[in-house]
Amino acid sequence: MSTATLPRTGSFNPVASVRGILLPVLNFFRENRLFTAGVVLLLALLLFGLIGLQLVSPKASDMGAVPLNLRPSAQHPLGTDGLGRDMFAVMVISIPSTFKIGFLAGAVGVAIGATIGLFSGYYRGAADTIFSSFADVMLVIPALAILITISAYVRVVTVELMALIVGLLSWPLAARVIRSQTLSLRERLFVQVAKLSGENDFEIITRQILPNLTAYLAASFVGAVSGAILASVGLEVLGLGPQNVPTIGRSLFYAFKYAALFKGQWWWWGPPVVTLAIIFTGLFWISLSLDKYANPRLKGSARG
Amino acid sequence: MRGLDLSYFLRRIGMFFLVVFVAATFNFFIPRLAPGNPIGAINSRMAGASSGVENGKAMFDAYRQRFGLDQPLYVQYAKYLWNAVHLDFGQSLAAYPADVMDIIRPAIGWSLGLIGVSVLITFAFGVTIGALLAWKGTPGMVRAVLPITMVGGVLPYYLLGMLLLYVFAFSTRLFPMSGAYDSSIPSQLSWPYIGSVLSHALLPALSIVLTSMGAFALTMRGLMVNTIGEDYMLLADAKGLPKRRILWWYAVRNAIPPQLTHLAIAMGYVVSGAILVEIVFSYPGLGYQLWQSIVNSDYTVIQAITLVLAVSVGLSVLIIDLIYPRLDPRVTYVAETSG
Repeated sequence: MSTATLPRTGSFNPVASVRGILLPVLNFFRENRLFTAGVVLLLALLLFGLIGLQLVSPKASDMGAVPLNLRPSAQHPLGTDGLGRDMFAVMVISIPSTFKIGFLAGAVGVAIGATIGLFSGYYRGAADTIFSSFADVMLVIPALAILITISAYVRVVTVELMALIVGLLSWPLAARVIRSQTLSLRERLFVQVAKLSGENDFEIITRQILPNLTAYLAASFVGAVSGAILASVGLEVLGLGPQNVPTIGRSLFYAFKYAALFKGQWWWWGPPVVTLAIIFTGLFWISLSLDKYANPRLKGSARG
Repeated sequence: MRGLDLSYFLRRIGMFFLVVFVAATFNFFIPRLAPGNPIGAINSRMAGASSGVENGKAMFDAYRQRFGLDQPLYVQYAKYLWNAVHLDFGQSLAAYPADVMDIIRPAIGWSLGLIGVSVLITFAFGVTIGALLAWKGTPGMVRAVLPITMVGGVLPYYLLGMLLLYVFAFSTRLFPMSGAYDSSIPSQLSWPYIGSVLSHALLPALSIVLTSMGAFALTMRGLMVNTIGEDYMLLADAKGLPKRRILWWYAVRNAIPPQLTHLAIAMGYVVSGAILVEIVFSYPGLGYQLWQSIVNSDYTVIQAITLVLAVSVGLSVLIIDLIYPRLDPRVTYVAETSG
């Protein structure tokens, strides 16, 4: 709990109010080492990408910009691939866009999922039955199969379109989690009190129920971001990703296509693999630490 | 059956058909709603193929008629559904006039074998590891080693697949690098052939098992912790039953059924992941075929494979749902509310 003292009435104390917000956040990070480690890992990678962007010219990631198949050297820290692209430039350009796809798609998916979950859980009725059944059906159908069909026809060109398509398919899980929590929250006393004191349905949903779902929303968001990155990189590996910028998955697609694995060109497929391993490790740690909040049953399991 | 009514079965089976229907509908409408009208592209592709040939125009019209593209959309839709039910997906565009079903049938077998075996192994290992992690009597040594098995769970299947391929196939040449069997051995039921099939399947299967095992172990641990807190566990202990018997016949046995639900949920992920694993290992299953069809813009094959994938996941979920109540008589489904 925060120990920040309240500022005296009449005199606004910026230091105290900043501490009032900052301290709980800092405490949260201190108490959740795994969460902090995950965030630090992801931020470090993002920082690497953003700093690297300043060091290279984006031209070096164009095909044929540099000599083909060079081992890592001082001039090309990660070597060059069989298409004549500087792998260091390719990686630093693809890292931020991978995060962008993940966050955009995660935000789209959770926004849609939470809205559907909140309203169908609160109002129940026929609409709820339809939405829940549809969400259940969508959870069974492998999203990658639909994504492949879409991308095979649409031939996604931009990072934003890719994020939108992936996001539009990632709502069912969030919808189910939020709906089941809403179902239980709507019966709680404080909701009844709010109802009696004259709040309308919209106010109850946004001011009573929504704030109680923060942990679930956060966990759903991390899950959605993770799933979105997984799905989009998977599509890129299939050669179905954005075409206008280099992406991590597309590097792997080329590495497969030109059999880099069998020619021993580890610097071609190695950097994308390591980058993805870092991203997924970070996301895994974060989701593992959030599980504790979204899934209180697990709290006791540590004693095992 | 105990605690079951007909409506449970009907609801599950209805759910399965809904899955198939929704998947088929997506499959039908996505190409027709996509910008740039890919069906038009197929049309022009056929037109291109028939141009320069005598009677090209007539051939083109015959093609259109053959694929039913001259009919109104709802007729096409109804026909598509009707044909899909009969497993008739038309002909391949890239390898015309080969039947789509003939192309994907062998692939279904390879995928079914690879994914089926991997899932069974994953489930067995996941359950065992999770159980041992939660069990107080597990030796400290074992307990310290077990979490290592979860490290792979962080990576997507295909990444681990690439690493395994590099280490065990490319660098050390212990295992073959691609394919599903050695083509120099006649494909008949003989020991060398079985051996070559197994050695080809080992690395792909391993990449699925090692990456999905951790999640199963984690949920199993949670379920075990709940089960261990039950009164009958205390009673079994008080009766002086051997510890081993308590672990497997009292704790694990009761914790497994809910784990099946987790398996049902995970099927979609496993199948999605296996698609990419097959590509990494050039394993001639549905995933590899799908990749090749995408590279060749073979839309009819792409459509058929994605539908088969959705249906097979739906089917496995249905099977799990149907056997679940048999395994766990505690659960009653009478007047169950959805959610």
